[in-house]
Amino acid sequence: MFDENTPYAVRTYAPEVLIKALQKMYLIRKFEEGAEDSYTRGLIHGTMHLSIGQEASAVGACMSLTDDDKITSTHRGHGHCVAKGADLTKMFAEFFGKETGYCKGRGGSMHIADPSKGNLGANGIVGGGLPIAVGAALSAKRLGLDDVTVCFFGDGANNEGAFHEALNMAAIWRLPVVFVCENNKYGMSTSIERSTAVKNIADRAAAYDMPGVTVNGNDFSAVAQAVDRAVTRARKGDGPSLIENLTYRWRGHSKSDRNRYRTKEEIAAWQARDPIVRMGEMLIEHGILDQNGISKIEAAAAATIEAAIAEAKASPDPHVDQATRDVYSQSGAAA
Amino acid sequence: MNAPGVPETRELSYAQAIREAMDIALAEDERVVLMGEDIGVYGGAFQVTGDLVEKYGTERVIDTPISELGGAGVAVGAALTGLRPIFEFQFSDFATLAMEQIVNQAAKLRFMLGGAVSVPVVMRFPAGSGTGAAAQHSQSLEAWLGHVPGLKVVQPSTPEDAKGLLLAALDDPDPVMIFEHKLLYKSKGRVPAGRYATPIGKAAIRREGRDMTIVATSIMVLKALEVAKTLEAEGIDAEVIDLRSIRPIDRNTVLASVRRTGRLICVYEGVKTLGIGAEISAMVAESDAFDFLESPIVRLGGAEAPIPYNPELEKAVVPQIPDILDAARRMANGQV
Ligand SMILES: Cc1ncc(C[n+]2csc(CCOP(=O)(O)OP(=O)(O)O)c2C)c(N)n1
Ligand SMILES: [Mg+2]
Repeated sequence: MFDENTPYAVRTYAPEVLIKALQKMYLIRKFEEGAEDSYTRGLIHGTMHLSIGQEASAVGACMSLTDDDKITSTHRGHGHCVAKGADLTKMFAEFFGKETGYCKGRGGSMHIADPSKGNLGANGIVGGGLPIAVGAALSAKRLGLDDVTVCFFGDGANNEGAFHEALNMAAIWRLPVVFVCENNKYGMSTSIERSTAVKNIADRAAAYDMPGVTVNGNDFSAVAQAVDRAVTRARKGDGPSLIENLTYRWRGHSKSDRNRYRTKEEIAAWQARDPIVRMGEMLIEHGILDQNGISKIEAAAAATIEAAIAEAKASPDPHVDQATRDVYSQSGAAA
Repeated sequence: MNAPGVPETRELSYAQAIREAMDIALAEDERVVLMGEDIGVYGGAFQVTGDLVEKYGTERVIDTPISELGGAGVAVGAALTGLRPIFEFQFSDFATLAMEQIVNQAAKLRFMLGGAVSVPVVMRFPAGSGTGAAAQHSQSLEAWLGHVPGLKVVQPSTPEDAKGLLLAALDDPDPVMIFEHKLLYKSKGRVPAGRYATPIGKAAIRREGRDMTIVATSIMVLKALEVAKTLEAEGIDAEVIDLRSIRPIDRNTVLASVRRTGRLICVYEGVKTLGIGAEISAMVAESDAFDFLESPIVRLGGAEAPIPYNPELEKAVVPQIPDILDAARRMANGQV
């Protein structure tokens, strides 16, 4: 029933798994829209980085991961969290600085983590997660576990020393880690043409003797295929890979962005390549869902997010007299 | 019109004052270049460089990749070989990625080479909490760099000093680290037009007083001045010293003040322990000013914790006006 033109994802995953993936993509989109709306209403202190337009990369890359497999994420990490199975209310609660949030209100958007699902956390430091991911992979290898770590990072991070040092160590020690670069063309205002000497970031894999591939990061199936292969390789003990997902962030870098480094036309062209629409079309084409089913999924995602926001908003704030709690594992160690 | 010889002043924000200093430097000295992440068309994360790229072009207002260690090192190398780079860290926290170049190279090259070279690099660090950016984007690490011989470290609290200290830093043959508080960027003040330099290593007495000395840094100076106003209504006359420079530190101004007032409160945003207040207190304890003390010294600094995200917690971990007021009242009442 499948031919060589059938996308990898359709050949590989059961229909209900694909439907779940689409649901997650919509949840990410609606999460980000809800976050943006909350920000506009002054409910969010601090900053945030939205991943609208990059949903296929987050969800596609997590397809072959279990809850024991790890990810490290970035400042633009809401999508990765959702893809790895995070609780949406706890995410919003963190956003609102609540005691019930993932970090009990101490971390905010840039530090959400969910170790119970293998999510080692977003990071406020560009490139900060790369060595940590290699460390997680070292643990897996030393402890004889078959867990794999997927390390998400942006195109901007590939110019940090930490990127180069991390890839090298992962390679010399043949560690089970998959480096997933979400190349959305810009690190803040600086395009990869202006920041990066090689044309494809995946080309840098050659310097560390690991496979490197560049894929269409808005094509769920292409991302899943590339990451699945790399995860299988890592699990077998054959070492790390570098995957570059070409994608685009629709919104500005963060809350403050005048978009002076890119054109309206460029943004519009990428919006026409919406990864969620593309995924929906694939599922319709292969008879897995119809338009009505997709609309229902979208509406359900919106309702879920609305409920999560309401619940998060109503939850308690941390106590001010606990501001220095959890600095050390043992209470009193700081005194 | 101003009288001849008296410089014209205008009201500028702290960020505008820094930009004006860079503009003057770029205009008058071809060797000056600005380097940093997103300082070109983006205008800098805090819009400090603004539109300077339009005036001076991308060869002199240089966007670096996100490479703090490498970028800082390029600035050090350029300073060593004839340029006058001003390197902007997007957040002072990212100095942690560049410590090698700042501490092992910039600070030591002159010394290690027996004085044969100098490293006239200027580095700018947007620092401090209050923006909800949480633990990795809100630190006050000035005392870290203040601990390193070979560096100079300043913390302007006013637009006038922000401009004057940057121009002084450019005139200085040694590496100067400028910690700018993010919450001050929009604060306004009178700023002299044209070129002038604010001396590095010289504190400023912002308010004279007889009853106690409050030594403050950066944004804490503004808070201390508010407190002094309230105290005045209560009959307590506080002197407020703006330290301005933490390396070198202006011993004389601080010690002379403590000799006059007999009381000392240190207020700073960096973590209290092993911080600027410890240094000031020890300076007093090691000098004859100690004999003039009528009360134990009080230090108000950041709590022993990273900066939390939740806004109430965030405020709770750095000294606020009520904390300073409370400490000053207790000191005046002999309750310390
Ligand atoms: C070490 C460090 N330098 C700079 C920053 C400021 N910063 C935050 S995100 C960002 C751009 C990152 O670009 P990229 O890695 O491409 O990720 P994207 O934002 O495009 O998802 C910058 C410069 C930071 N957080 N950490
Ligand atoms: Mg990017």
